[in-house]
Parts: sequence; structure tokens; C-alpha cells
Amino acid sequence: MASFKPTKIHVYPKLGEKVTQDTLYWKNYKAPIQIKQFGAVSNVAFSPVAPYNFAVTAFTRIHIYGPFSQEPIKSFTRFKDTAYSGRFRSDGQLLVAGCEDSVVRLFDVGGKTALRMFKGHTKAVHLTDFTSDRYQIVTGSDDYSCRLWDIPNATELNTYREHTDYIRCGVTSKLNRDLFITGSYDHTVKLFDVRTDKSVMTMDHEQPVESLLLYPSEGLLVSAGGRFVKVWDLLKQGQPLVSLRNHHKTVTCLCLSKNGERLLSASLDRHVKVYNTTNYKVVHNFDYPASILSLALAPYDESIVVGMTNSVLSIKHKKSPSESKDSTSQQRRRPSYRMFVKGKNYIPKQDDFLVGKQVKEHLAKHDKQLKKFNVSKALDTALESWTRRRKPEVTVAVIKELNRRGTLKNALAGRDEQELSRILNFLIGNLVDARFTLVLVTPAEMILDIYRSIIGQSPVIDRQLLRLHELLERELDYQRELLEVLGMLDTLFASSLPRNAVECSGISSSNGFFLTY
Amino acid sequence: MVEHADIRVVHRGGSKINFRAPVISDDSRLLLCASGECVKVYSTSTEECVHHLRAHTDVVTGVVLRPSNHLQVYSCSMDGTIRLWDFTDAILIKMFHLVAVHLQQSTEQLVEARELSVVISHVSSNPAAIAFGRAGEYLASTKGLQLEVFFLKKQKSNRFSLKEENKKGRKNTFSCVTCHPTDDCIATGHEDGQIRLWRNFSHKKEYTYSTLHWHHTTVGSLCFTPEGTNLLSGGVESVLVQWRYNQDTQRDFLPRLGAAITHVTVSPDGTLFTTTHSDNKITIIRSGAKVSAVIQGLVKGESIETDLLIDPRSKALVMNGKPGHLQFYSLQRDKLMYNLDIVQQEYIYQSDLQQFEVVKAAFNSSGNWLATVEREQKDAELELNLKLWAFDDQTQSFVLNTTISAPHENRITALCFSPATDSQTTTVLVSSSKDGHFKAWQLAAHTEDEGPCWSCDFVGAYHGLVPSCCCFSADGSLLAVSFQEVVTVWSSASWELLTTLSQPPGDIRDLCFGQLSCSKYLLGTSTSNLLLCWNLLTCSLEWSTSMDISLLLADPLSENMAAFSSFSSLLSVFVFKPSEPRPIFSQKAVCSGKVMRAVFAPREEMLESCEESSQWLNRCQLYFLSQHMVNSSAAGSAQPNALIGSHQSLVAMTPFHLLLGKRPSLLQTPAHVLPSTSYLCSMFVRSLLISVTDNRSVTQYSYSTNTHSSAFTGFILHGSQNCPFVVNLFSGAERCLRKL
Repeated sequence: MASFKPTKIHVYPKLGEKVTQDTLYWKNYKAPIQIKQFGAVSNVAFSPVAPYNFAVTAFTRIHIYGPFSQEPIKSFTRFKDTAYSGRFRSDGQLLVAGCEDSVVRLFDVGGKTALRMFKGHTKAVHLTDFTSDRYQIVTGSDDYSCRLWDIPNATELNTYREHTDYIRCGVTSKLNRDLFITGSYDHTVKLFDVRTDKSVMTMDHEQPVESLLLYPSEGLLVSAGGRFVKVWDLLKQGQPLVSLRNHHKTVTCLCLSKNGERLLSASLDRHVKVYNTTNYKVVHNFDYPASILSLALAPYDESIVVGMTNSVLSIKHKKSPSESKDSTSQQRRRPSYRMFVKGKNYIPKQDDFLVGKQVKEHLAKHDKQLKKFNVSKALDTALESWTRRRKPEVTVAVIKELNRRGTLKNALAGRDEQELSRILNFLIGNLVDARFTLVLVTPAEMILDIYRSIIGQSPVIDRQLLRLHELLERELDYQRELLEVLGMLDTLFASSLPRNAVECSGISSSNGFFLTY
Repeated sequence: MVEHADIRVVHRGGSKINFRAPVISDDSRLLLCASGECVKVYSTSTEECVHHLRAHTDVVTGVVLRPSNHLQVYSCSMDGTIRLWDFTDAILIKMFHLVAVHLQQSTEQLVEARELSVVISHVSSNPAAIAFGRAGEYLASTKGLQLEVFFLKKQKSNRFSLKEENKKGRKNTFSCVTCHPTDDCIATGHEDGQIRLWRNFSHKKEYTYSTLHWHHTTVGSLCFTPEGTNLLSGGVESVLVQWRYNQDTQRDFLPRLGAAITHVTVSPDGTLFTTTHSDNKITIIRSGAKVSAVIQGLVKGESIETDLLIDPRSKALVMNGKPGHLQFYSLQRDKLMYNLDIVQQEYIYQSDLQQFEVVKAAFNSSGNWLATVEREQKDAELELNLKLWAFDDQTQSFVLNTTISAPHENRITALCFSPATDSQTTTVLVSSSKDGHFKAWQLAAHTEDEGPCWSCDFVGAYHGLVPSCCCFSADGSLLAVSFQEVVTVWSSASWELLTTLSQPPGDIRDLCFGQLSCSKYLLGTSTSNLLLCWNLLTCSLEWSTSMDISLLLADPLSENMAAFSSFSSLLSVFVFKPSEPRPIFSQKAVCSGKVMRAVFAPREEMLESCEESSQWLNRCQLYFLSQHMVNSSAAGSAQPNALIGSHQSLVAMTPFHLLLGKRPSLLQTPAHVLPSTSYLCSMFVRSLLISVTDNRSVTQYSYSTNTHSSAFTGFILHGSQNCPFVVNLFSGAERCLRKL
């Protein structure tokens, strides 16, 4: 007596993104905390020292948040107009910020009022940063100039007027106190050396430059502007290394993950993309509800902070190791020690006859019914709401099995309104799913055949049948359009193929474009 | 000493064991069943064949134990004899000739004619339609819609007729009958699945019957247990149903026995049940409804769609057998090794249901990979699955690796693996289909966590023509695909079309590359009755000959090719080398009918024959399967076996070799330890005799099928008090009885 062979559940190719190491890593964040700000969040900067507070520049204020609290630890509100680019010094003690009113202010993180005010620019200052020797400040302004200031006596050391448009971004070298780089709306990125009076290197980004980023080794420079993210090799005189076009709106912000393995770019198209920095392929993607203006990663990737145009600050914290483990594998309770050990240490003697434990055959619910030839009940169990929603392939497999046995009609017949509407609901949900269409067309036809006579008796069923009808018409339209596109593509490919290749090779060129229909 | 070779066709096993109900010995240790021309004795505990009772020259049609001696058995055959055997030692004790078959034999050979009498003249040819009643007092026979009970003491018979259809539109035709061992009760099975229990049938008018109903189609077999407490029934549903006698509502089931039940028998002591199934299988069931042993013969499906294959690993013959299974059959031991479940879904036993069938199979050259195609044709919808199986060394069986659903849009016409020349190159599978494409499949690793699986590497087509067969060259560098009348040759490394060959008119039917030294030749047959040979170095036709070749195949171990030609319904075999115009061997009229399938099976050990005409059989044997579903083969050693559904073999076998082959140490051993010359001589002479009977059996084949209708189809022996045994003969044709 052979045992019952359970229904074969077809394994369909998984749609959607593949699970990689990166998706696991970047999905390992908690649900975002959202904090409303007074205006669009233009800049987020982390303090380089523990406990890694971060400064959020939004409208006329700069708030400093701690890693855990949702209330600002500190606020700097003494701006006359919109503040820009609040950045920490490398020791985390001082904070510098530009402003729409062209004044650059320097704050003590502990204090409230500005320690220094640097006046000299004539227009809004969007770029402020400390040099690596900690005693100078670089600023860039909409008056096309960038200046170098001395902190102790608040004097202007030098002015560079090489850009021909607004300077909106820049970065200072962390290794060399004399180098800083600015990006401007005149499409150029310029590397300045303080020791000389002019730029030493110019790179053409071909788009207004919105953000700059230096690798920790400072051999590579990343610039963002327009829809492009470009990587430049500074050691090879600013040779372009790679140009990435993965966003469909202006890229506004760049960021590196903890050890420079991944590059993050945020854009007005509401996405944050994560690139692998060895092959510059997108490995992950975050979606946000609004256009993103600023992005920052905490040291060791502990949190991702994103500021958006709808003046919302979104903070995602990393899950603690225990939390992430809990969600993946629930530990089974082990039997007690006594139970566990009993009989395990017995070594059978040579003459002993071993009686094996009878393996209990476990069958799924629908298989139990199929084994007893209860076709209607088998369909009922397969249509239970959990299976129907979570595992439609099981339901489809049971329908297919019933069809194979030639008893699908019997299983579908004799249903009351509620049961029929359940079946129809399932059909409406899955009939146009390309993976299931072939199987589900048969029961749909059968239902129409069986229940033709009762159409018009129940408003619920009628409504569902109308929906099914609409769905199918829409699907037909889609198919027609797809076929048109296919035809166009075929023409294009045929015309692009060289003539002799068409003659000899028997490969049908449209094959790569066959859809699963 | 000159060995003279003589190549002939012999039957090689694979005979039906489900032809008639088996018989269990009194001690329940042995089971006897008619199997082709012999009676096989199996052990009920080990499933092994213990003895072959061989002497009949035609199909054995019945086996029954001798009631007066429980160690003896009678067997009857279509050759017109009844033989008495001691089945524990396989000794023939006695032989009775029956006059009806061979009238030319004079009456002095007739042994016991005095007990013969005609009792019922109009009987069914089915042995299940006749049964003896309690202690041999009456005899029940059914035919059509009539039950006839003949009382042996009173010498009168009662007839009961049923209407053709009852009120509910059910068919009442009788299918089988059995009698209660201790009670006056006859159980009959009907075509609508009902079982009727007849009582009080000694009175013509006042008979009664009750009905048991569980089966939904014809009841195949009925049987009472020796005490009469239970009634067993089986049918197409392949469920053994056990009814309690006199308690109609109680029944036990033993479901999913594998195939439709054709016979149910019970051992004399009631401890064992056996069910015989339509897939050539006997299941032995211990009381307690547990299957204890399965004796499985070669399964013959509706058609051998997968072709005959040789598993390179086990050298077993592989073909499709049970629905959805692939069977591995050992040619040497005439035993089914195992069935591989390809479809892996519950088989529903319903007669008109379309099932998945295994239609194509292929092994790669090392036997590591098996590719199968299964098909389900439902109305206009065609469902195809291509499955690839990897051989698992631990479990010593094939494990499913990849399932490709809908690999093609239409039927697959051919499937072949590229021969792996070394372990570095990956093996490629090519499938060609009626949808006008052929596809190459390759093993590739997709993800890190899963092992490698197969995926499509290339899709080829040629001017929208339909590919019919494909073939790889011996080194695997070339692939030939025939598109109707054009043969295209592709490079398997780059999938480039290298050249096309064609010889119109007529589509290409078979394609085959030469092997070893002849690997530059490509051979093909076409529907316009041409055998073509192309030279691939010059891309031109080397030679062609006009012949109606139904099958062409290459010996994988030598340059030889075999071609089967069916000229005027007689089959001829030609064996030739592509490089030589003259055939090495040819034999006309090998057997009647068209050869559908054939295969070269490598020998276990090489023969050393110097004769030119038989050298080609040194390395392998040629097995073929003719239209009458008779498996035939060229080869070996064995005695001819059964006729119906059996193998035949062409033998390169001399009588002397038979002697030496059995005792290979004979000539190596010193003379003083050998047995006496007289002993050896008698052995030698006996071996000569065997070869004579071999030839006779082959010639009798056509005769037996022709006389099938008039031959005896069943006999029953029964012991009773008055006479030692009564022989009743029933004939399908009344003509025979009149001659009696």
C-alpha cells in the first residue's frame, strides 16, 4: 500500500527584489521616527564624537538631537533668516552655520549665542565647514566667492572668486589642512590649496553641483548634481571614474556608510539609493514620502537621518541584535532533560531486534480531504482566508489537482451565496496574475456555466461578476498594448541587426522579450 | 576446435505474471504463477523466484494445486498438455495430452478419457467466470447476463437471467463469480460495481439475492476466505475490499495498491492474500491488511514512448512502465529493479481520466543525469514538464534537481544529452519540439545558497520548419538536428549553424552519428525509403541506398550500426559499418511485424568470437521490441522464455560455448581433476538438445497466436470424494467440443 502523495505545490519564481546580504543589512532598521520641523530640512550633520548628536538645520533654526530622545537637546534660534549648513567641528565642540543674510555664525555647542560672526559675504552662505587644523573656516556663498576665515580673531584670510555661479556645496580635507573642494552651479568642482591663491584642480560635472563627498582615503571624490552622481579620481588629476544615473530627479545629498563600503545618495525623487563602492551597482533602495534634501548616517550606521521638503525629519534606528534575532527565529522549547536523555544512551546488543518508531504521515488539510475524495471540502479548506491571501499558490495547486481529477465542476457546484462570493473574490484577486491565469481560467468558465441561471438573484454575486468582467477587459487592453510594444521592439531589433546575421542564425530575436503570458 | 557461430533470436524474460491468478502452496511459503511458457515458483517472504517449471512449449493458461497431494501442481498450456509437477524440486511428474488441440495425434496417447463429460456448453472464456461450489456439489458459470448453476450429483442445471439494465440504468453484466466454501451461497461481481450474493438457488423460482455495493466500476475479482467469514473483492479502483460475510455493512479497505486488481486469491490456510494487478505485479498481503511482499514483473504500458534506454550505471533497461513511472529492469536477472516515480502525484484510478505520462527520457553518458519529459493532454491544452534528475550516490537513486514547466509550446520530438568527453566540459541537453524550436539546456549555478540547476542556454530554429530528431557527434562538438528534409549541423560550443545537408524528397526520420573511427559519418533515414550517409569532412553524400528502414541505431561501443527494415511485413536486421558498403551481418525474417524500439545493451563480459559475422555481438547484445509488444533481443545464454510479452534474443552462441560458457574453468583445469569424459559428453549432448528446442519455440510463435481463439482457455481441477479428480474442459469455441 503506497502512501498518499500530497498535492504538488508549484514553486513560482519569486517576483520582486532578491534577498541579498545588503537587503538584510539595510532592512535591519526599526520603523522611522518622524519629527516635524519648522521648514524644509536643508542639512543634517552628525557630531564626530560620542554620543553622536546630530544637528538639523531647518528654516531659521538649528536643533541638536541626541541619539535616543525625540526632543531636541539644544536649539540655536538666533538666525534672522533661513539657516544653512550647520556643521560640527572635528572635536564636536563648535558648530558653524551659514545664513540667508550672508552672515556666518559660530556657536559653542554648550552655549546659546554665537561666539563669532563672520561678515563679508554679500549673499546667502550655503557652505560652511571647518578645516582639519580646526582653526579655520571655509565658506561658500551665492555671491560666487568662497572665503577662508580665521576663528580666533574672526578675520578673513583669503577670498577665491573663481566660480561663476552660486556655490552650494563643498568639503574640506580631513587629512590635509590646506585643501578644500567646492562645487558650484557653474557645473564645476574646484580643488583649492590655501597655500596658493587659485584653484589647483577643476572638474566639470556638466550639471549644477549639489553635493560633494570625499572618501576617507581622500583619493576619490564623489559629486552629485542633476540626476548624476559622479566619482572622480583626485590622484589622477581629477579623472572621471564613473558616472551613475540611478535617480530620475536631482540628487541632493551624498553619504558614506561606516567603512566606506557603501555610498548612499538621496534625491528629490524621494529615494535613497545604496551603491556598492567596488562596482557602483545599486544594492538597496529606500523610499520616503517626500523629496529628500538632506541625509546623514550615524557612525557605525546606527541610524539613518533624512530631512525632507515637507519639513519632516525621519530617523531610523538600527535594530539591536536581540531584536533582530527574535524576529527571524523563534526558539523552540526543548523537552525536559529527562525526556531528552531517556533511551538515548542504550546501545542495542547484537541480537536485539530494533523496532523503529512509526513515522506519522503528516498531510495538509486540503490533502486530507483530497485523500478522502471530498472534493468540495478540499476546495473549502484551500479557500480559507489565510491560505487564500498568504499562499494563493496552494489554492491554485488544489484547483489544478481537482481539475486533473476531473472533479472541479462538482467541487464548484452547489455553493451558496457566501461561498460563491468567496471563490469569486479569489478569482478576481488572482485571475490576472500571470502565474495563475492558465489554471484559473478553467474554474472561472465553469462558474459561469454552472451559475448562469442564478445571475440576477443576488446583488453581491452580480457586483462581483461585473468586477470580473471589468478586470478582464482591462487585462485585454493591457495585453493588446504589450503586443504593440513587442511588435515595435521586434521591428527595431530587426532593423538594427546586420543583414547577414539575419540570414544564417535561426535565433528568433523576439525570444528574449517573451512575456510569461 | 572451430567455433561455429549461429545468431538467432531468443525470448528473454519479461513475461506476464498477471495472466492468471497465482496459487499459494498449503504452507503459504511458495507462490506459483503462470508466466509465459513456464510456471514460476516464488517465495512469499523473499519475493525471489525459486524455480522455473519449464516444459510447456506454449503459453501456460492455468495452474492449480493437486488436492490429494499438496506438494504437486497441475499446469495447463496452449500447447494442449496438462502437466503435473513437484514444485518444491521443480520436477515434471506426468504429462497429459488433450486431443482437441492436436487431432493428428492418435488416441493411444489419450490417457484418461473416461471421466470426460460436457456439463455446460456455453461458457465465458474468462476463468474467473466459473467456480465450484461447496465441496464440489455444484458448479457456477456466468456469461453475459446469465448465471448457470450445474449440480453435479443431480446432473441438472438452473439458469438465472438478469435484465440488461436495472431501474437506475446500471449494467448488470456478470464479470466474475465465486462460491462460499461452506455455505450455499454464490457471489457474483457485475460491471456496474455491484456484488450479488445468491442464495437458495437450488430452486429455480424461489432464489434470492442480496446486493453489496462499494465499487464504482467493474468488479475485477472476488474471493472467499477458506473459512467463509470474509469476502474479498477488487477492481479498477485498486482497493482491496474485505466484506464480512452476513454483516453487509462492515467492510475494510486496503487502498492504493498501485494498479487495477485483476485477481484476488487467498492461501489455503487463510493467512495470506494475494492481489494480481494489471501492471504485472503480485502483491502479497498478510492478514492484518499489511503488504508484506511485492513481486513485480516488467510493466508494459500502452506504448513504449520513452524508447528503450540503457542506464549507463546499472546497465539496466529503462522504459516507461506504470503510469507516471520509469522502470529499471535488469536484463541479466530478468527482474524489475525499481520504479522511479517521475510525475510524483497521486494516481487516480479512474478509467477515462487523462493522466500524466512519461513520454521521453534520456541519460547522459556517465549516468549522472536523467532527463524526463512528462505530458498531459487535456482537450486542447497540453501540459509539458521537463525534469532533470541527478544521481545521488548516498541513496543510489535519482533525485529531482530541476523541473521546467512548459519547456516548449508543443510536443517534444527528441531529447538527447551531449556526450561528455571529459569532466571539465559541462553536459548539454538538447530538446526539439513540434513548435519549430530546439533548445539547449545547460547546468548553471544561479545562487549561492542553492545548488546548480538547469536553464535554457540557446533556442534554435531553421526557417520555421519542425525539428524531428537531434543527435550529438561522438565527441560532442557537433549537433545534428533534422528539420523535415534538411539536416542542420550546429557547433555545440558557439551554437553556430555550420552546414546544412539535404537529400529531397522525403523527411528525415532517423539521425545517427558514426562512432569511433567512423565518427566523420552522419547517417540518416528518410521517409522516401532511403538510407543516407554523409561525410562531414566533405559535407557531401558518401553513399545512399534505397531501403525501407524503420529503425536505425548505433552501437555505442563499436563502429557498427544496426538497421531494421520491414520489407513485406517481415523484419530484417542489417548490421554494417558506415565506412564499408557491405553489411557485416544480415538476417531476414527475424520476426513478423515492425520493430518499433531497439537498443544495444553492453555485455557484462566481452566474448571472444573470431567469426566475422558474429563479431559485432562480442561487446553487446541487441534487444528489440516488435509491434506485437514482444520484447526481443540478440544475445546470450538463457533459455527461451514466455511468448506473450517476452524478450527474444539474437544469439551468437554455439553449443560448445554453452558448455564452456557455463564452466569456464573446464579447459584451464588439469585433466586429472576433471569429471569423467562420459559425464562431460552427456552434458555436451544435452546442450545440443536445448538449442534445438530453442529454434522450435521461435517457429511456433506465429502458430500459437493464430490458434489463440480455438485453444483451451481454462481448466479446473477439483477433488471430491467419489472420483480422484474431474477434469472439465471449457472451450471458447464450440467447434473443439464437437470434435471431442
